[in-house]
Amino acid sequence: MAITKRQAAELAKQTFDYAPAPEAIDHVRIQPRYGLFIGGKMVEPHSKERFSTINPATEQKLAEVAEADAVDVGRAVSSAGTAFTSWSRMAPSRRAGYLFRISRLIQERARELAVVETMDGGKPIKESRDVDVPLSAAHFFYYAGWADKLEWAFPNRRPRPLGVAGQVIPWNFPLLMLAWKIAPALAAGNTVVLKPAETTPLSALLFAEICQQAELPAGVVNIITGAGKTGSALVSHPGVKKVAFTGSTEVGKLIQRSLAGSGKRLSLELGGKAANIVFEDAPLDQAVEGIVNGIYFNQGHVCCAGSRLLVQESIAKPLLEKLKQRVSTLRLGDPLDKNTDIGAINSKVQLEKIQGLVESGIEEGAEIYQPDCKLPERGFWFPPTIFTNVSQSHRIAREEIFGPVLSVLTFRTPAEAVEKANNTPYGLSAGVWTDKGSRILWMAERMRAGVVWANTFNRFDPTSPFGGYKESGYGREGGVHGLLPYLELV
Amino acid sequence: MAEKNSGDRIEVRKTYKQYVGGQFVRSESGRAYRPDGLVNVPRGSRKDLRDAVRAARTAFGGWSARTAMNRGQILYRAAEMLDARRAEFEALLGSGMKARAEVDETVEVLVWYAGWTDKLAQVTGTVNPVSGPYFNFTIPEPAGVVGIVATGEPALAGLVRRLAPALCGGNAVVALAPEERPLPALTLAEVLATSDFPSGVVNVLSGQHRELLPWLASHMDVNAIDVSGCSPEEVALVEAAAADNVKRVVKLPAGERSPHLITAFMEMKTIWHPIGV
Repeated sequence: MAITKRQAAELAKQTFDYAPAPEAIDHVRIQPRYGLFIGGKMVEPHSKERFSTINPATEQKLAEVAEADAVDVGRAVSSAGTAFTSWSRMAPSRRAGYLFRISRLIQERARELAVVETMDGGKPIKESRDVDVPLSAAHFFYYAGWADKLEWAFPNRRPRPLGVAGQVIPWNFPLLMLAWKIAPALAAGNTVVLKPAETTPLSALLFAEICQQAELPAGVVNIITGAGKTGSALVSHPGVKKVAFTGSTEVGKLIQRSLAGSGKRLSLELGGKAANIVFEDAPLDQAVEGIVNGIYFNQGHVCCAGSRLLVQESIAKPLLEKLKQRVSTLRLGDPLDKNTDIGAINSKVQLEKIQGLVESGIEEGAEIYQPDCKLPERGFWFPPTIFTNVSQSHRIAREEIFGPVLSVLTFRTPAEAVEKANNTPYGLSAGVWTDKGSRILWMAERMRAGVVWANTFNRFDPTSPFGGYKESGYGREGGVHGLLPYLELV
Repeated sequence: MAEKNSGDRIEVRKTYKQYVGGQFVRSESGRAYRPDGLVNVPRGSRKDLRDAVRAARTAFGGWSARTAMNRGQILYRAAEMLDARRAEFEALLGSGMKARAEVDETVEVLVWYAGWTDKLAQVTGTVNPVSGPYFNFTIPEPAGVVGIVATGEPALAGLVRRLAPALCGGNAVVALAPEERPLPALTLAEVLATSDFPSGVVNVLSGQHRELLPWLASHMDVNAIDVSGCSPEEVALVEAAAADNVKRVVKLPAGERSPHLITAFMEMKTIWHPIGV
């Protein structure tokens, strides 16, 4: 049926904007003030100091949390030390029982956790709801099953727990990183003191409640809040036998240096500058989705983000056209809206870091593309950004931006792609898109990275080991390999 | 070595040299030291270390790309070459039962790890049943260039206990010979040179740890370092310097013989691919 000119004009005026679809928050109770979770109870901090945690999408204060000082750290470590004696000797199947309970409780309180995660961190609710929280529950479930099967994982060796683990986690996946740290540590028979990042402490404090609900023995999990100073006091505490850190390479190096000669075990999951390589025979529409997921997932606050797009020269033009078109349809805004693709930048500090690096990209001569994208007036926001004409020496091609900023480079041959992909001190992840199976394996073999996604990107699973080569850290989280950092094999 | 002239024959003595990039070389510094008061041994320098790391990096790609079976054959060949020269090693190790036992052990260690090259991925790799339509597997890969600071006690077995697992996994190695007892390590290089290891896969330096260790520990192109021959003070120094490029510091018990020692010099790589029609 033909349409009239008038109808066509009417249609052209219509937009396909989504109506607001805000997630309900009335079922969530955030307390005005939080203490520290030590010895199974929420306690007042010795420091008497507190700081605010805000919603980065609104800049509104959500709660005041305690800033643990050295005395608080000492109390937490001592509580974990006391608990270690009984926890490490408990029948492993009982340890498993508690971990299964925790996993179930996370599932039961999933929506509440997702909302808190989004409010405190700024990530889109669809991500916290569909990725962070379910993966956290799955991680506890997976390692729960390992607790009484460790002898089967390490034949001819007797696996022994290490003691108190001091764990410091970042703000990009607060609950998921907590799960990655606590689940294997507890399954292996260790006890933990965990410090969440200062901008995202709330889901960890909710997790403390979950530990209470699970009737986990007091002191097995301790949660202390604070900033870098608290973290530094934790990792250097002599009662801590094992340190696990996820965060920037810069801080990871500081920790490795500070632990020199201490005899403590250390595992590090640090930064990345992953290459996402697209060959001319790749299915372009799928590749575009993968590129978008690779760099704009969680506002690019992802250590394994595909922040360097390497495109085969012959398809650079059509691919970039499709990519720009797709990026222009991304919805940026209220993280609690179920249709939001790009939420808020986690903090003002991070926003300034992204802005600084983007300015350097422009100054160094790269060409910037940002879709016409209205940013909310309050809160911290950065539009999805694509840099073309990037050379390998540009800062935006070398440094981890940790924001929604993609640097595009081109290549001609597979060997050149490998050369460019590996031309970085990092080695966390890599992506490759091609229809040719033998080439996938050839590329996967040569890329010096701990995780290689072929024709997909940013997939995670508790059974799948995750961790880096080179300056992206050492040790693996997930899978049977994820037990090793928490065990001594006698 | 003591003077052993029989009749009119003047013994042809061996000049001990470092082994770098497949060549037997003196120190570029021209220096030597006499750990036993008699024999001149090259006193390696920072530049020798640099050359050795460069040779190892160059050799790494080809060596790590060899098939597991081929690496196993070469390690086994090293056992053969060592066994064939046991008289020389026994003499260097002081002769007697203890020396013989050490050579026996060293040969055994090489054979043991030769047999691991093509089983390691089967024992330490995994296929991971992820919750989704993806094929997902994890395989061990060599870390890259590995520094080994061998213990002088025992002077031969101590080095080979570390060297064999590092090579088994496909790494290229820069080893520091024990400072006080370097001759077995330098002689081992002659065994390795005739075992079909590509040039640069193993490099052996001699000299003072005080001079070499800080550079090995802080070198930005060394991926891992084994400290089995380090004092606690040296371990602390290595660990601090290793942070510059997030080096893996391997600190397993000196006598360890296990696949976990091989993987201590390795990375685990996980690969995902969607399943679909």
